[in-house]
Amino acid sequence: MPAVTETIETVQAVTEGGYKWGFETDIEMEFAPKGLNEDIVRFISKKKNEPAWLLEWRLKAFAMWQKMEEPRWAAVTYSPIDYQDSHYYAAPKAGPKSLDEVDPELLKTYAKLGIPLKEQAILAGVEGAGESPSDSGRMPIAVDAVFDSVSVATTFKHRLEKDGIIFCSISEAVQEHPELVRQYLGSVVPQGDNYFAALNSAVFTDGSFVYIPRGVRCPMELSTYFRINAKSTGQFERTLIIADAGSHVSYLEGCTAPMRDENQLHAAVVELVAMDDATIKYSTVQNWYPGDAEGRGGIYNFVTKRGACRGARSKISWTQVETGSAITWKYPSCILQGDDSVGEFYSVAITNNRQQADTGTKMFHIGRNTRSTIVSKGISAGRGQNTYRGLVKISPKAHGARNFTQCDSLLIGDQCGAHTVPYIENRCMSAKVEHEATTSRIAEDQLFYCRQRGLPEEEAVGMIVNGFAREVLKELPMEFAVEAQKLLQISLEGSVG
Amino acid sequence: MLKIENLHAAVDGKPILKGLSLEIAPGEVHAIMGPNGSGKSTLSYVLAGREGYEVTEGSATFAGQDLLAMEPEERAVLGVFLAFQAPVELPGVGNANFLRTALNALRRAKGEAELDAMQFLKLARTRMKTLGMTDEMLKRSVNVGFSGGEKKRNEMLQMSMLQPRLALLDETDSGLDIDALKLVADAVNALRGPDFSALVITHYQRLLTHIVPDRVHVLAGGVIVRSGGPELAQELEASGYAGVQDGTPSKRSFDGSPVAA
Repeated sequence: MPAVTETIETVQAVTEGGYKWGFETDIEMEFAPKGLNEDIVRFISKKKNEPAWLLEWRLKAFAMWQKMEEPRWAAVTYSPIDYQDSHYYAAPKAGPKSLDEVDPELLKTYAKLGIPLKEQAILAGVEGAGESPSDSGRMPIAVDAVFDSVSVATTFKHRLEKDGIIFCSISEAVQEHPELVRQYLGSVVPQGDNYFAALNSAVFTDGSFVYIPRGVRCPMELSTYFRINAKSTGQFERTLIIADAGSHVSYLEGCTAPMRDENQLHAAVVELVAMDDATIKYSTVQNWYPGDAEGRGGIYNFVTKRGACRGARSKISWTQVETGSAITWKYPSCILQGDDSVGEFYSVAITNNRQQADTGTKMFHIGRNTRSTIVSKGISAGRGQNTYRGLVKISPKAHGARNFTQCDSLLIGDQCGAHTVPYIENRCMSAKVEHEATTSRIAEDQLFYCRQRGLPEEEAVGMIVNGFAREVLKELPMEFAVEAQKLLQISLEGSVG
Repeated sequence: MLKIENLHAAVDGKPILKGLSLEIAPGEVHAIMGPNGSGKSTLSYVLAGREGYEVTEGSATFAGQDLLAMEPEERAVLGVFLAFQAPVELPGVGNANFLRTALNALRRAKGEAELDAMQFLKLARTRMKTLGMTDEMLKRSVNVGFSGGEKKRNEMLQMSMLQPRLALLDETDSGLDIDALKLVADAVNALRGPDFSALVITHYQRLLTHIVPDRVHVLAGGVIVRSGGPELAQELEASGYAGVQDGTPSKRSFDGSPVAA
């Protein structure tokens, strides 16, 4: 079919030009020496002025990591990572002490990335701006901005404090709320959980910390924006969110990186804890640099995300839109301990050009009447490879547990791949598990229909793809849903003639 | 005006249109009738620019422009609208979103200001009322779960919103009850004027009692074998296509099914 030929030709012609966040900020940085050893772990811990117990915790993780082997079971291929050829700490030299002191270069950077103006006013320390609900009637969004290895600013902190909410960088939380960090850090993802989690536990630098007190509904969206900027640097994000009984929080993370020929590693660990009747909604719009059309460069995104529904009737909902990264290895999961707790996973993953994604979820049903929903939408174009890998595990005591899984794949062109690898382990007779899967292509008649009505081909593809992903996109906070839709379109730029 | 000269077209290498010529002056509505497989739908797809319909000879111009050299979306901007025989489903794409995007794509291409959501809704609601459609249909995915009649009405809604200069109606009447048929006819008639032409493809004369054509053509074997005024449609209704097929005696009845001898 000519459309397919055209599609492939154009995909091949695509360059990294489509990635609009690939610029680099020129700013004076401080680095740890290249390489990874105990001294580097100590260096990071010292930089962050950490208590002795945390250094011990890191060193234990490092010892574990050294004995572990990189996992090879994912359907991704890449040349071996040289863990000694990277900096594990990189921070702007003039680390700001307060919001007023944020480097103008950083402000410019976030302006270019499109972080809302109100928040920039906050970043610049303009008194009053953004600290009140905005005049346009839009809900404010609190932002923690992580630049390479450090958080450079967190907005709306004081406002949130009035409700007893703690929203700060994890480095700050270690200083200000050590008892909370010590209690929960590693309680969902232990240091030795897997190779990349162990690495992260040893060298994590920054990320966000959230604590929502009992019965509090967080009055605004919380978000963290991760930016990798420095060369030859890995980013090791650590995020910890605790929702106490009866509380509610919606959190969103975004991320981008400069275009480079080298591959950079982002190995994150995110832990969520939800107590009785608490709800955590965690949304990700992952837009790391995906590499060029030939597969040069791009971020290796090896991420461990897991939430524990510890309390009865608690709920953790993961929504992810994965458009970036050369390699995505990521399985946001839920441990459903509390009776009647609910886990959800909504995912859209796009692979274009030579991108590879192996992503999915694990739902561990432990409590009675626990429920989980998995909706995965994989979109492959160019030579992209997209794998859904999921596990639904139901323990013998999870009476009345239910799971529904739906995996849909959309193929654009004939050189890409979609794979579905669902594992189901059910040890409970009264549990009910359903799985549905489809694979389809954008039909020629759909494209023609749209074009006949006046839509240029690329816009038509974007519209059809957004329709395909709608079930997931509607789970995003409204403000971000619009952004995500645009992003899907941009990610597919050049995938049709 | 639409001017088709000696048009030959093939699908998968198989010739379907074999030298078709036709002219529709501005303001005129022509009907094309003919048995199954005579090339009626092929003609509409060729004019709209569907992939896989290969023009091997001849020309087709509209408003002096070479249609055959244009992309489907460029033809749409020029004012060509095809009401599909089988409207296509777009899962997850909201009907309102689709319609507004299409309308604004056309407006943008013509250098006109785009409609915002409120302006669009106001316009759409007026048009929907005329077509007996409810607001709820704007919220559903394009054509997904629509009944046959709803799909055709949705095509007419699009047509009345996009205001084409040349409407190609490919068996829009098929499967419609008499009330729906009248609504379709009303939608077409509402657009009639000096700057609107239409090509109505149909099997049955009954649509043409509501949309009275200026000319009726009979397409058989890839060419127009007979042309006439509106009375030709009635004649065909009575006698079938037997007498008009390209030279060969037909054993087919009016609706194309074989008849017992």
